[in-house]
Amino acid sequence: MDKFFAFFSFTDPNVRLVTFGTMFLGLSTAAVGSFAFLRKRSLIGDAIAHAILPGIALSFLFFQSKNPFLLMGGALVSGWLAMVSIEYISNKSKLKPDTAIGLVLSVFFGVGILLLTHIQHTGIGNQAGLDQFLFGKAAAIVKQDLYAYGIIAFLLLAVILLLFKEFKLLSFNPDFAQASGLPVQSLRFVLSTITVLAIALGIQSVGVVLMAALIITPSAAARAWTERLSVMMLLAGGIGAFSGLVGSYISFTAPNMPTGPWIVMCLSCIALASLFFSPRRGVLAKLLQQRKNRIKIVSENLLKALYHLQEQSDFQNRHFTEGDILEQRSFSQGDFHTALKKLKKEFWIMPITEKNRFQLSEKGVEEARRVVRLHRIWEMYLTERMRLKADHIHPNAETIEHIITPEIEEQLLEELGYPKKDPHESPIPYKA
Amino acid sequence: MSLESLYIVLTAGFIAVSCGLVGAFLILRKMAMLGDAISHAVLPGIALAFLISGSRDNLIMLLGAALVGVLTTVLIELLHKKARLQEDASIGVTFTWLFAIGVILISAYTDNVDLDQECVLYGEIAYVPLDLWQLANGTNLGPRPLYVSAGLLLLIVLFVWRGYKGLTISTFNPDYATALGISTALWHFGFMGLVSVTTVVSFESVGAILVVALMVAPPATAYLLTGKLKKMLWLTVLFAFATAGGGYFLAVWLDGSIAGAMATAAGLYFALAFAYTRLQASSRNKPLKATAASPTHGA
Repeated sequence: MDKFFAFFSFTDPNVRLVTFGTMFLGLSTAAVGSFAFLRKRSLIGDAIAHAILPGIALSFLFFQSKNPFLLMGGALVSGWLAMVSIEYISNKSKLKPDTAIGLVLSVFFGVGILLLTHIQHTGIGNQAGLDQFLFGKAAAIVKQDLYAYGIIAFLLLAVILLLFKEFKLLSFNPDFAQASGLPVQSLRFVLSTITVLAIALGIQSVGVVLMAALIITPSAAARAWTERLSVMMLLAGGIGAFSGLVGSYISFTAPNMPTGPWIVMCLSCIALASLFFSPRRGVLAKLLQQRKNRIKIVSENLLKALYHLQEQSDFQNRHFTEGDILEQRSFSQGDFHTALKKLKKEFWIMPITEKNRFQLSEKGVEEARRVVRLHRIWEMYLTERMRLKADHIHPNAETIEHIITPEIEEQLLEELGYPKKDPHESPIPYKA
Repeated sequence: MSLESLYIVLTAGFIAVSCGLVGAFLILRKMAMLGDAISHAVLPGIALAFLISGSRDNLIMLLGAALVGVLTTVLIELLHKKARLQEDASIGVTFTWLFAIGVILISAYTDNVDLDQECVLYGEIAYVPLDLWQLANGTNLGPRPLYVSAGLLLLIVLFVWRGYKGLTISTFNPDYATALGISTALWHFGFMGLVSVTTVVSFESVGAILVVALMVAPPATAYLLTGKLKKMLWLTVLFAFATAGGGYFLAVWLDGSIAGAMATAAGLYFALAFAYTRLQASSRNKPLKATAASPTHGA
């Protein structure tokens, strides 16, 4: 707990630098990453992150300095080169984009490693710390870095705010953007440039390999909660910043824990939780909805089976056992009992306990007649209007009976002139 | 060339050929980035197996890694199909997450583990000649990684040779494969398992990302030059060996990482092949106009 207060009081200047630095980086890369995510170019972001390495090494070899702006310049050039190469290779040869991305990513990175080890072995200048680009150097952010990153991050966000509408159009509908006279080429250039810059910034906090996470994961998480781009970007930025905070806190409390991987860990957990549990688009919500639909269909089929049983006895017999129902129609065990429970709860069927039998309630009869009616008028429609033979229509009606709304039912009935019998000569039950 | 350099080049060559043969099918199945993802995602598997068993070479570890690799593809597909996350993002989210877990595991036990981040990224193939395999009676059989990489190559050649039909049909025409009763899912997961095993074995020598260079660059170069699968596989073998040899000399010349130099060499071959095909394409276009024009001249 002491450590908790020591951290969150931000009295230690080092803690302040690291935390604000990583939060800043997380926020700006996540915001820029949203566009890459929407344009389905997030893996190109991964490639650019790797491709920045040779630029940094070359810039160091050339200027013999670790000035962040000079290194950024090198990063920008090689990141750009990588992006152009990927597009050129996938446009001008039979190689697929994923191959081009993998190729550029690994070859550029290999060149970077070669140059970096060359620098290390020959011991040119004050090279210590260059390899921090590989793994991130969140824990070693100094004041000078923070100012440099702050300026660049501020510029990125300003550009995004200014050109938000244009970028949005470019991401969702590039053809329309072109047709409506936007300078698409220059906009693409600006967007690519800020993407490369954001990536070059981000690798300072998590390193080359995990950089893809800072671009992709916040957007993937935010997308699960909203359909609006502006909300998504704000959320993504917030998630990025929050993860930066968590990552710095963990490496503060456990000093041999690396900041970068913990930032990514936090991001991933938020993303996975969002993808699985978000109420609208989450996997769990979808599974529940599917289950609800399935049980609804099974219950309707159960009501129908009870109605058919009644019909077969000319409405003399009204009490049936589970066995009778299963003989009339086969159900899967689990769904059958769940549906039975649901029907009892809604008082559509009433158990007659001493005999272990069921009876349709008045409401239940009404519902059963509705389902049977829909089935039979749809069969009428298929034979009358679609000219299908009577022995072909049953399976289709089995599906559609669960879907037809009251409005469509009314239209169908009018269209067919309220028929009395279906194509199989069974009477169509109308509302009482 | 000293014996030591020969050991290094041979080991690198075996690994490059293994990766290249696997990579050829990765490219043709449009799964290059999935291969990239697997090569990162096996890290937690390696770290765990290493922490438990304390050694880097055993069969359990290979099987574990193969399993983690297959799990990675399952997780990516789960995110893509069930959570409806677009495919590139599914790949990105999954592999960075698993890689982060791997790095965290390694840093947590950094004191007693002979496995560090740099090794993860670019391997230690220069140490191959030092890791000798000695029998109990002291007979020196040469470097151990050489045998391991030769074993890997044997495994992959056997897989491609014996499974050629199933592998090719399920790659090029999944529907036809299903009609023939060949299980595409089985081949998919079997192949992904093979990719994982290849990655793990190569990991030690070339690291996580350069495995991808060896998997993608030589077969991509070969694919540029031919449209026939068998010829492509042979060209891949050729470029893989050239990558190993050229990379080694480049590394010696620049005094840098051998793995990095191998990736650079592979990139250079690709660039040359690419320039060659571009030139060919443009020269093919020009004579076309000339021949179209010549009959009028003759007449």
